[in-house]
Amino acid sequence: MVKTIMNKQKYDKIKNKLQNSSVGIAGLGGLGSNAAVALARAGVGRLVLVDYDIVEKRNLNRQYYFTDQIGKAKTDAIVENIKKINPEILVETHNIKLVKGSMDVFFKDVDVIIEALDNAETKTAFIEEILLKLPDKPVVAASGVAGYGHSDRIKTIRSGNLYICCDEQAKSSDDDILMAPRVCLMANWEANIALEIILGEDK
Amino acid sequence: MIEVNGRKVEWVKNETVTELLKRVKYTFPLVVVKINDKVVPKNCFSETIIPDNSRVAVIHMISGG
Repeated sequence: MVKTIMNKQKYDKIKNKLQNSSVGIAGLGGLGSNAAVALARAGVGRLVLVDYDIVEKRNLNRQYYFTDQIGKAKTDAIVENIKKINPEILVETHNIKLVKGSMDVFFKDVDVIIEALDNAETKTAFIEEILLKLPDKPVVAASGVAGYGHSDRIKTIRSGNLYICCDEQAKSSDDDILMAPRVCLMANWEANIALEIILGEDK
Repeated sequence: MIEVNGRKVEWVKNETVTELLKRVKYTFPLVVVKINDKVVPKNCFSETIIPDNSRVAVIHMISGG
C-alpha cells in the first residue's frame, strides 16, 4: 500500500542505502536497546553492539528486554529480540566493558556511532576518545534523559561531527527517575539522527 | 573576542582551557571541550592556550541512559 502511494524509486533508494549501512552502539541500556530496535526496524543492515551487563528486573521499566531474559547478557538478549523483528540484519555483539584507551576498537568501520552509555563520566570519556581517534566519524550522543514530561526541552545540538540529543535542564539520573517515555524518546531521537546522517536530509 | 557555546566572550591572552572554564563559570566537572572543532583532551586543559577568534564548544553530559 505504502509503495503505491510513495514514490517507489525513493522507497527503494532508502531501503538499499540502509541495507548497506552500519551503526555502532555503545551501551545496551535504555538508550542503546531501544535505539538498536528502532534501527533494526528501519532496516539498517548491520549493527555493532557493545555492553558488558546482564538484564535485571529493574531494567524492564525502560529497556527493550523481557522478564524471561532476566540474567542473560544484554548482548545475547538484544540479538534474540532483533532477530524476532528482522532476521536478516547482521548483528555483531561484544560482551565487554568499554574502557579508556580502547573505546574506539569496535567502531572503526561503522558509518555512525551512537553513544548510549549511562553515567556522565563514561559518556564524556567515550565522546572525547572517539572524536580524538576517529575524527571523521559521526557520533550521536544523548544527555539529560532522566525524569518525565518536558519533551519540548529536548533538542539536537551539533558541533562538527558530534550530534547531541539533549535536555540541558534535566537532572542527573542520580537525582531523578529513569522511565520509558523520555528514555525511549531520546533513544529514538538518536536513532533518527543516525538515519538522517546515513540518508541525508529529506528535502 | 572568542565565542563560547555561541556566546561572545572577551579574549584573554595566554588563557588556558581550565582558566576559561572558570571565568565563564562552567563548573561542571565533566565536559568535552572543542576549540575550532578540534577536541582538547581533558588532561591538556591546563596547558592548552585559547587563541583569539576561537570558537569554543563546551559540552556537558548529564548522567542517565
